[in-house]
Formats: sequence, C-alpha cells, structure tokens
Amino acid sequence: MTAAAQAGIRPKITTSLVLNAARRLRVWRRRAPQREFIRSAGVRFGILHAAVFALSTLALALFLWWSTAGLLDRQTETAINADTQGLSERYGEGGMMALQETLDQRLAGNIDDDALYLLADPLYQKLSGNLERWPARVTMDTAWYDLAIERAGRRGMARVHHFELPGGFHLLVGRDVEVRSQMAHLLTDALLWSGVVALVLGSIGAMAVRSLFRITLADVSATARAISAGDLTRRVRVSGRRDEFDRLAETINDMLDRIARLMDGVRQVSNAIAHDLRTPIARARARLEDAATHATGEADLRAAIERAETDLDGVINIFQALLRIAEIEAGARRSAFARIDLGPLLSDLDELYAAVAEESGQTFLARIPASLPAYGDRDMIQQAVANLLDNALKFSPSGSQIRLEAYGDPRGGCSILVADQGPGIPAEDRVRATERFFRGESARNTPGSGLGLALVQAVAMLHGGTLRLDDNHPGLCATLTLTTLPPVPAAQVNTSSSLDQRPAASLGA
Amino acid sequence: MRILVVEDDKDVAGFVVKGLREAGHVVEHADNGRDGLFMAASENFDAIVLDRMLPGGVDGLRLLETLRAQNNNTPVLFLSAMAGVDDRVRGLKAGGDDYLTKPFAFAELLARVEGITRRGKGEGPATKLQTADLEMDLLSRSVKRAGQKIDLQPREFRLLEYLMRHAGQVVTRTMLLEGVWDYHFDPQTNVIDVHVSRLRQKVDKPFPLPLIHTVRNAGYMLRPEQP
Repeated sequence: MTAAAQAGIRPKITTSLVLNAARRLRVWRRRAPQREFIRSAGVRFGILHAAVFALSTLALALFLWWSTAGLLDRQTETAINADTQGLSERYGEGGMMALQETLDQRLAGNIDDDALYLLADPLYQKLSGNLERWPARVTMDTAWYDLAIERAGRRGMARVHHFELPGGFHLLVGRDVEVRSQMAHLLTDALLWSGVVALVLGSIGAMAVRSLFRITLADVSATARAISAGDLTRRVRVSGRRDEFDRLAETINDMLDRIARLMDGVRQVSNAIAHDLRTPIARARARLEDAATHATGEADLRAAIERAETDLDGVINIFQALLRIAEIEAGARRSAFARIDLGPLLSDLDELYAAVAEESGQTFLARIPASLPAYGDRDMIQQAVANLLDNALKFSPSGSQIRLEAYGDPRGGCSILVADQGPGIPAEDRVRATERFFRGESARNTPGSGLGLALVQAVAMLHGGTLRLDDNHPGLCATLTLTTLPPVPAAQVNTSSSLDQRPAASLGA
Repeated sequence: MRILVVEDDKDVAGFVVKGLREAGHVVEHADNGRDGLFMAASENFDAIVLDRMLPGGVDGLRLLETLRAQNNNTPVLFLSAMAGVDDRVRGLKAGGDDYLTKPFAFAELLARVEGITRRGKGEGPATKLQTADLEMDLLSRSVKRAGQKIDLQPREFRLLEYLMRHAGQVVTRTMLLEGVWDYHFDPQTNVIDVHVSRLRQKVDKPFPLPLIHTVRNAGYMLRPEQP
C-alpha cells in the first residue's frame, strides 16, 4: 500500500514542482518593473555618474593621505635625528652624566609632550625618561619602531629609534605620532561620508536623468508606435530648446516626412498602374470578346486579334518603362558609369531624329560641341535624351522648330537642352509632369504612357542632376543637367583642375 | 535547321516549337535543365533557345556554362523574363549569343534565332555582299545596283549592310536599333521607319523591283524576289 501511495505521490510532487516554477516565473515577471528600472539607460547613467564621483573622492583622499602622512613621517624622522645628534654630542662631551642631565633638561622643556626619551641600563631597567618601562619588542640596535605606548593613562602611537650606548646602556629617542593616526581616522570618516553623499547624489541624479529621458523619449516612442500602427501624420514634438533631443526629433520628423512622401508615391503609382494598365487590358479584352461573339469571318477575327496584340504590347511597354525607372531609381545602374563623350552621342541622336523631324515638316536645329566629356551611363543618357526628343516631335505641329543643344559648365557638369514649339506644359502642371503616369490635358489625345519624363527625371537624379522644365514661348524647354564627376584617384588630384576646364575649352573650339 | 528549345512553360514552349516548325525547322524540346543539357551535349543542333529559370537543378546559365566548358559552340538565344540590364549582361557574358526578354513577339524570336545561326556559321570576313543586282563593297564602302552607283550616308550604309547581312530574314526594328545604332531602348516615335524609308528612296525607288520589304507586325526583310 505504501508503495502504491508513493507512486501516487510522486506525480503530485512533480506537478507541484512545475506549478511552483510557474508561480516563481510569474513572480519574477511581476518583478519586471524593478529589472526595467535597472535596465533603464537613465539609471545606468546615474550609477556611472555616482561611481565616477566616488572614485574621484577616493583618489583625492588617497592622495591627501599619502602626501600628509609622508610629510609627517619625514618631519618626525628629522626631529628624532636632530635630537639624537644633540644627545650624542652631549654624551661625547660629558659621558653618561651629561647625557642624563640633558635628557632631564629636554623633558622639562618638552612643552608639547610629544618627545619621548628613555635611558636604560644593560638590564633594560629605566634610569631616566618619560616612558614607564622599556618596551618588550625593542631589542635591536639602530632600528626604527612603531610602537603602541601608554603614558599617563593615555594610549597612543609612537615612532622611536633605539641606540646601544657603550657600557651596555640603551637609549630610546622617539616622537608621539598620535596626530597621524587621528588624521587617518579623519580621512577615513571623510571618505565614508563622501561615499554616502556620492550614493545619495548619484541616486538622485539617476532618477533625474531617468525621468528626463522618459519624458523626452516617451513622445518619440509614442510617435513611433502611432506610425507603426498606420498613422503617418504623427510627428515628434520639438521643444524649441535646440538641444540634442530637438535635433533627434527633427531628424526623425524628416525621416517620417520622407516615408510619408514615399508612401504617397507608392499609393499614387499603384493607383495609376491600376488605371493606366486596366484601360488597354480592358480594351483588348473587349475587342476579343466582341470578335468571339460577332466576327463573321476569319478576316474579322484576325483583325481583332491583331488589334488586341497591339494593346497588349502597349501594356508590356508600360511595364518595361516602369521596371526601367525602378531600376534607375534604385541606383543599381551606377556600376555602368564611365567617362563618356556627349558630343558624338548627341550627334548620333541628332542624326536619328533629324530625319524624323524633316519627314513631319519640322525644323530640327542641333548645336552640339564636337566633344563634351561627361561621366555617366551611356545607355541611360541616350534613352533620356531620346525620350525628350520623342516628346518634342510628338507634340510639335508641322512647320515648328525643335532645338537640341548641349553645353558644359566650368565645374565639369553639362546640360542638354531640348526645346519645342508645341503646346508646352502649363506652369501649374510642371512640377507634376515628371511623376509617373502624369499626362497633361494637351497630351490626353496623343499616344503615350506618361512615363517618358519620369524616366528622364530618374536618369537626371542618378547623375546627381536635375530636369528643368521651362516655357519656350511657345512650347516646352526641357533642360537635363548632369553633374556627376568621375572619381578622381588620389594621384590625379592635380590634373583635375585642367580636366574641369576641358568642356569650356572644347565649346570654344 | 535543327533547333533545341529548353523551356519549362508549356504554353510558351508549345508556341515557340510550333512557330519554329512552321518556319521549316526541325525542333526538339526539353522542359527541364538536366534533360536540356543532356540533349544539347549529346546531339548536334544549329541553335538553342534557352530559358534562364529552369527546373531540374540546372538553370539556363549553368547549362550554358557547362556546354561552353565542353567546347560546344552551338549558338544560344536566351529567352527570359529577367529583363534587367544586369541580367542581360550576365547572360551574354556566360556565352549567350543573344538575349530576348519575355514577353516577346514570335517574329522577333525567329529573326533572332536565324540571326545567331548565321553568325554561328563563322563566315570569313567578307569584303563584298550581294543580293540580286545590289552589290556592296565593304572595303571601298561603295554600293552599286544594276551597275549604277548609289551614294549613301555612313549611317544609311550601315543600315543597308545590316539588312544585306541578314538578307532573306526578318529583321525587327529593335534589332536594327541595336545592330545599327547600338541603342538599347525603344523610341516612341517611328524613327526606324523613317530611316528605312529614306534608304528605300535611294536603293529601291529608281529601280523596277523593290528589295526592301516591310513585314507586317514584325519588321523588314531584304530579299531578291517579289513576295
């Protein structure tokens, strides 16, 4: 029966152990605020502060101790030595009698009661002096001793020197150094108290710093929580004190502004994609469905399928343009940067597009320097300029003039200008003209995806430059500025200034 | 020609295989990388159409690298949805002869396959090209048709040279942009059409039979007889 009972108890024990552990865990968790207090950065700063404070007090006390105690020790030794010198002179002059006499005189004149003398016979019996009896420890000649002495019922510390005199007599010359031990006490007390003060002040400092941190960071973390919960309009409060916390708050707010802008961009682009891609897909779908139900012959079907194919090609082109822009904006293409000459590059584009302009009755004027060194991605710049020229040709009426110009600036950057005499872009639309899928009122009836200028803008940004849209009275004047310079190797720093001059010089040529 | 198509997407593969067969080629198909590599290494093909991303542990790049390591120089056209410029460069560096991104028009694929096989035949450096009565001397850079000299601008010369080198094949607008102008983007305007039409003015218009033909929905073709 007992065995069975034991067998029954054991699982109970195990269960209770587990329960206990769980309870302890709960208790431990409930103590979390305490651990949180220890973990608080403010408390850590406070503790560190108190520790540094205590350490510096300790160092000061130690320094004081070593310097004053050393000074006292040296003074004592000098006094004892001087005493001994005098006594030995007296002894040399008048022997034991004279010595004893001198001792008595000195004792009588010992106002401070700090000088100690003891003259003893060979059996260490006191002959004269102000010590009760010979200290048991002192037996060796010419040695210094630190002794605990008792005089007139008063305990104290003394430093003594022991001499053997001819005839087996012994002489002790010493000084009471009770002052020194009193000072040690004083310093120890001071140290103790300063430790207590450091602890109290440190704790108060820790609490103060902690609450300061809490108050300041509470707003930051509340903002961050609100942002992660989806409220992108929240910002960290700036106190206006222009301190570190304000700078942190401003940095965080700048970051949040940028995130908000990016989110807006994403939202706008996804809306635009949904709209601009849905339209041609819907058109293709309608054509195919219409053909499937209403086509009367193979020719009808083929025509419908071909038109749908064209629509889908448009969709593919939009996708490719979007991917290209994304690729450029990601900055991944900077690996293809090299020194290039914009002169021949633009002349080729001039040749390609001048024929098209001529065909549609437009005048094409190109003013391109023979050589215009730049640093960038050849393909990207070609495509960007081609996009600008495409737009110019597309929107310009017959008989108008299109200009393609390029010039370098003395700092090594260069600008490419494409101007047309088409309808232009109204001033209020110019900022938005480089957004993906933006199409101005005048562009509604022209084929295009609304991605051309967005790509040019992305290329400009990749090259550290800008795309500026101005009024050409009438028409649009687009200026693409590229400012990236080739990385200058350390050894070539001196030649870089001559390189900067090159674009200007070549323009003059 | 004997062409191997390595492509795992059934629809794309069926479309490509059917189209190539209709164009008169003998086509084999592998739907994973391992089978593709086995077939490419053990049989003789005139060209391989290769997908980049393939099941079976061997992707397109690995397949091609293995093939090239065995000194197999069969021309390869990459066919891939990986359209980034860097992907393209990686494919060509691995030994690909051309790179076509999905989605694609079949005419473009056919033109490019025929393009790489011609390149693959390794003709010696020709000094003269001839199609019907049109002659081009690459050394003196002169063009004659029916014994009559035609004056061409340098770019027109290169355009005609490209067409003559691909005589009898469809060349797409993209191929012309890449081959003649070295541009890797598609302009929104009809730039290529304008330049081809200018070339026609000089090469075809004064003569009874046109040589440069427009292929609907695809591009252009230089060929001697009437369609």
